[in-house]
Amino acid sequence: MRSPDVNAVLAGFRGVAGYLGAVLGADAYRKYLEHHEASGHTSPPLTEREFWRDRTDRQDTSPQGRCC
Amino acid sequence: MGTMPEGTQRESTNSSMHATAQLEDGIVPDPSLPPTSVDESVRDSAERTWTPAKIALWAAIALLGGVAWFMLAIIRGETVNAIWFVFASVCTYLIGYRFYSKVIERYLLKPNDRRATPAEYKADGKDYVRTDRNVLFGHHFAAIAGAGPLVGPVIAAQMGYLPGTIWIIIGVVLAGAVQDYLVLFFSMRRGGRSLGQMAREELGVIGGTAALVATLLIMVIIVAILALVVVNALGESPWGVFSVGMTIPIALFMGVYLRFIRPGKVMEVSLIGFVLLMAAIIGGGAVAGTEWGAAFFHLDKVTIAWGLIIYGFIAAILPVWLLLAPRDYLSTFMKIGVIVMLALAIIVVRPEITVPAFSEYAGRDNGPVFSGAVFPFLFVTIACGALSGFHALIASGTTPKLIEKERQTRLIGYGGMLMESFVAIMALVAAISIDRGIYFAMNAPVALTGGTVETAAAWVNGLGLSGVNITAGDLAQTAKDVGEQSIVSRSGGAPTLAVGLAHIMQQFIGGTAMMAFWYHFAIMFEALFILTAVDAGTRVARFMLQDSIGNFVPKFKEHSWRPGAWLCTAIMVAAWGAVLLMGVTDPLGGINTLFPLFGIANQLLAAIALSVCLAIAAKRTALKYLWIVAAPLAFAAVVTITASFYKIFSPVPAVGYFANNAAFAKALADGKTSFGTAKTQAAMEAVVRNTMIQGWLSIIFVVLSIIVIVTAVMATIKALRNTAAGLPNAENEDPARASRVFAPAGFVPTAAERDLVTEWNQHPAGERLEKSGHH
Repeated sequence: MRSPDVNAVLAGFRGVAGYLGAVLGADAYRKYLEHHEASGHTSPPLTEREFWRDRTDRQDTSPQGRCC
Repeated sequence: MGTMPEGTQRESTNSSMHATAQLEDGIVPDPSLPPTSVDESVRDSAERTWTPAKIALWAAIALLGGVAWFMLAIIRGETVNAIWFVFASVCTYLIGYRFYSKVIERYLLKPNDRRATPAEYKADGKDYVRTDRNVLFGHHFAAIAGAGPLVGPVIAAQMGYLPGTIWIIIGVVLAGAVQDYLVLFFSMRRGGRSLGQMAREELGVIGGTAALVATLLIMVIIVAILALVVVNALGESPWGVFSVGMTIPIALFMGVYLRFIRPGKVMEVSLIGFVLLMAAIIGGGAVAGTEWGAAFFHLDKVTIAWGLIIYGFIAAILPVWLLLAPRDYLSTFMKIGVIVMLALAIIVVRPEITVPAFSEYAGRDNGPVFSGAVFPFLFVTIACGALSGFHALIASGTTPKLIEKERQTRLIGYGGMLMESFVAIMALVAAISIDRGIYFAMNAPVALTGGTVETAAAWVNGLGLSGVNITAGDLAQTAKDVGEQSIVSRSGGAPTLAVGLAHIMQQFIGGTAMMAFWYHFAIMFEALFILTAVDAGTRVARFMLQDSIGNFVPKFKEHSWRPGAWLCTAIMVAAWGAVLLMGVTDPLGGINTLFPLFGIANQLLAAIALSVCLAIAAKRTALKYLWIVAAPLAFAAVVTITASFYKIFSPVPAVGYFANNAAFAKALADGKTSFGTAKTQAAMEAVVRNTMIQGWLSIIFVVLSIIVIVTAVMATIKALRNTAAGLPNAENEDPARASRVFAPAGFVPTAAERDLVTEWNQHPAGERLEKSGHH
């Protein structure tokens, strides 16, 4: 059994990691699936590999600015 | 979408919450859903009720801020503790955020949470995605903050700490954060349209075209000068060249890993990249310690500049997944980590600052780090952190497509910029925590310091600065501590910040033995931010150029047409590359003459962005609230136009480009073989050429900006006249649609927002989102 303190630390760590991941955009595929589900598409969603390929390939023609 | 008759109200247990359904905003909410906005009257009464606890809290914040400002500005002791910078800035930001941004929200922007944002009505799961406000805050911050706020304040420290501190803190509250907030909001209301498109719509063909050309030129200057900062930091530094060079194979590896091995494992690959990056920094020390390593990676600035130009071209035509995307992950990861670390270190270590509030150069216009008087040159030297026009391109780019609710723009636009300002304050603190003699030896051009520790020490001691007395040994020891061969004339801000950061961090973790690591850690992240900005800037500029040429040769508008893409990339890289080489080889010291141009360019862009905002605001608000936009616009316009006029017309050669040009041309005509800091005829010819280009760039910028400002003022007057005459103004906003979601506006939800969130959570999940079924 883990003590409650350890669990709290682990939860805190997961929270920070989850936040950092979300800022980096690591949850983009999950959000795409949610959207796909919610919008009632009948076609199957892109696979994870297809989704990330499509995402970076579209950035080739629509670059995002990065400031100084 | 709900099709209930207009005005139908939903049965509810807490009917006071739903009075907003009667608002006359032309929006018909779905009656089956809970309200999508907190009721106006509930929010109003909560905001206007001052409980004793609330009064005590804000009184305490105001008092602490006041004491901190008093310690910084009035008390004249031997030293001032760095913690006062933290208190003065944070308390002022809190007050600005709570009170001033509320004024902007309430009287100028009037966000309406009943209205769907582009992330909702254009939702596609890819580009338009509703994003949690706290996540989007981090995302937006990572996009706007880079090396800029780390460099400007360091260079401005020549004047003492107070002028820079006041401008960074007051400037952001009244100007910088206002610009970011307005642009973000207006772009969001227009489906995420870019600044250029908004300028075209609001200002017409002439104003719009001038804004586009100015933006393109300004981007070239900004990319060139950021690149110059990297070149100056890496020149003659084998350690730096090795570890920054290693970021390229690391990014390539990450790109391949994400594409082919484990797609989508962004966090995992970022961690791997981070570990490799640390290994590259530590390995750099070992490599630079060997004889072959020191010889192989010891590159002069011209070589590094050419390397960067070639790299810039290749990076901009490579697919995004291979280099740009992975490096962007790494850069974002580092950005957040570094800033948290720096803030912690400053709060824990609390260094004593010996730099005076106003230095000997505050009242003069011939400082060695940058020339010109406090007004206007301090205000252009510090652009990022106080007012940065470049942000307008970000705030009208990705972020407006991700906003979940209209009211969140205040947190993300205004709040995000306050955060960048705090980074600038911490950079200032780090830079002024080092000895003032070392500061001047590092930041003055070689022409003044002579380039060796002996000549530099003699020159610094001869300046007659109070309390400054350094020896050649001090300079040599500092260089040894940070693992460099020399720190004399390492201008550009980045090395000074790195020394300051190493100085603070070694007291926090590791002691003197770790100083070299911390120094190269700082150089590494600054280089990483700048290389990402150079890449992205080149790409964005290339697309702008392609679209512009496409108006005459339609083929260029096809973004996938390779010859067009390569040609436009080559043109953009050649443009910034030429300015970069000019800066690197400038006998007068590139940063010292070019940095003002960077600040002027950045703030002219701010003036352009604010002009567009003024023209839009005039259509939606009464004249008496237009000062919110007009005041920062007037200030930015006066500062940048005055600075440009000094640069163009000043008879002082150190300040005016053409005066300098004339002085050197005359010397050449007189047959002199050396003049001022130029020791050869070729160097003199270089000065004549460079000053001519810099002078003409200043003229073009200022003329284009004046055109934009004048067209914006004309559009504003027209809109105000229409309003006065009761005529409608052309509205370019997307049509209002009813929102079908709710989320709180700030970091901490209010009581009313919490109640509403609970109500939404109880609502069946399947009925919350619109089933559109299109695509």
